[in-house]
Amino acid sequence: MQWETVIGLEVHVQLTTKSKIFSGASTAFGAEPNTQACAVDLALPGTLPVLNEQAVKDAILFGLAIDADICRDSVFERKNYFYPDLPKGYQTSQMDKPIVGPGVVEIGLEDGSTRRIRVHHAHLEEDAGKSLHEDFSGMSGIDLNRAGTPLIEIVSEPDMRSAEEAVAYLRKIHSIITYLGVSDGDMSQGSMRCDANVSVRLKGEEEYGTRAEIKNINSFRFVERAIKVEAQRQIDLIEDGGRVVQETRLYDSDKNETRSMRSKEEANDYRYFPCPDLLPVHIEQSLIDQLRDTLPELPDAKRLRFEQQYGLSTYDAALLTAERCIADYFETAASTAGDAKLAANWVNGELSAALNRDNLHLSQSPVSAEQLGGLIQRIRDNTISGKIAKQVFEALWNGEGDSADAVIESKGLKQVSDSGALEAMIDEVIAANPAQVEQYRAADDGKRKKLIGFFVGQIMKASKGQANPGMVNQLLGKKLG
Amino acid sequence: MPRSALRRLDAALQPGHAMSLAHSDIAKLARLARIQIDDSSSEELLGRITDILGMIDTMQAVDTSAVEAMANPHDAHQRLRADVVTEENQRERFQAIAPATENGLYLVPKVID
Repeated sequence: MQWETVIGLEVHVQLTTKSKIFSGASTAFGAEPNTQACAVDLALPGTLPVLNEQAVKDAILFGLAIDADICRDSVFERKNYFYPDLPKGYQTSQMDKPIVGPGVVEIGLEDGSTRRIRVHHAHLEEDAGKSLHEDFSGMSGIDLNRAGTPLIEIVSEPDMRSAEEAVAYLRKIHSIITYLGVSDGDMSQGSMRCDANVSVRLKGEEEYGTRAEIKNINSFRFVERAIKVEAQRQIDLIEDGGRVVQETRLYDSDKNETRSMRSKEEANDYRYFPCPDLLPVHIEQSLIDQLRDTLPELPDAKRLRFEQQYGLSTYDAALLTAERCIADYFETAASTAGDAKLAANWVNGELSAALNRDNLHLSQSPVSAEQLGGLIQRIRDNTISGKIAKQVFEALWNGEGDSADAVIESKGLKQVSDSGALEAMIDEVIAANPAQVEQYRAADDGKRKKLIGFFVGQIMKASKGQANPGMVNQLLGKKLG
Repeated sequence: MPRSALRRLDAALQPGHAMSLAHSDIAKLARLARIQIDDSSSEELLGRITDILGMIDTMQAVDTSAVEAMANPHDAHQRLRADVVTEENQRERFQAIAPATENGLYLVPKVID
């Protein structure tokens, strides 16, 4: 039987406002517990919410970026549920009239094709606090610093058909919010969190299967693994004659399995109703127009421009535009170097590998875009070979010089392009390897091309990689005759 | 109370006709509201909530097709505040009235969802 997985994602994005969505308490990360939880956040009697203008603007910006309609009169509602890190007993959220209406996110797939994933809506809401269940002798500890942090929840249609598509969609959302600067998108700190609705059906079937919701997945990798393992669980269940029940499940990354949390029909009766403490939010068209003018160049547009302006492949351009800071870094390096293709190769190659190796984000790179651009310049003007350039890059990475020029100078890595010096080296190598010389001279043109590699290798070795390979080839050809 | 909310309350209570409310519905409502009720008050609540639903039925008989649903009776819009931190740390004062705290955390009976 051929099964198809159907996925919809709910993505929660913490906005980077300075203060909370309904109070003037700070949202700064990492403060002492409850030092940023004011009377409104604690839901003390008599307190009232006042909406943060920036949160509204951020939500509108996101809506414009996905080509969605902005709801000119949106309404906050109360989502009622009982949990100690939600002091009011309800989460102020939106349901009937969310601020962002239907929109579209385009994702690129590995085979080069693209798919349009529909966004059902996105709404503004407040985050809850944090519960700590350890170390309090039978009690739970509650930290309400996060309570009231503004979130947008982005709800997709069930348009994704594989875990890979879900990850591509999530990455695209990540790109958009970080390009806009409305969130830092840091999944490890919970700035971006994801719930996945997963169901399976036989291929060709029209109706959706019963879905399970996997809660709070906190990395791209886990989203992919959680969806795969959940889809397989459902397929196994059905093939064994069972039935999928609608429920909330938790992904355990250690065991790579999902576990039932609670049955949705039973517990999730949220009794939404319009929040009487908040009036409808009216948005003037002029504000929407004004915000539209401030939209930065977004990932898709930038990718296209990179392909056209710099002649890059779609693949390279997509890598370079995944994050705004990577795109900015590349453009600075390319303009310093005067060669965009080489700059793209270095950013996607050596730099990206070094960042992965040391587990760093680009913003923490020890090598600046200007330094990398300077290094590439020296490859272009034949001061150093590509091989030596890697050494120079490592030295810059380790802080052994302020610029490529300084490293080349202090380590004496300048390429030898002096024909006299090169000829002397070549003569030595020819004299030391008479057998190979004879073999070369006896060979036809096709074989010669292969055999000459041996001599080039010997000379590069003798010169510690500093001989200009182009000149070595040329001179060798002449000497070997 | 706005129409949409009434509709939802109605639906949450009983998908069929309002008059057929059962004690199990009262028990479910009580559980959702974290209220403990005994059998005699369940009987009383059943009567009162059935009355309320009857009133809703009466209201729903009114033709409102030409009226736009409203979320708030006031003819006003939400005012927005500038994104500025105006609150200082007052943890000491807030926690002075909390039944139990430790290391700056509020302590509550253990809850694991």
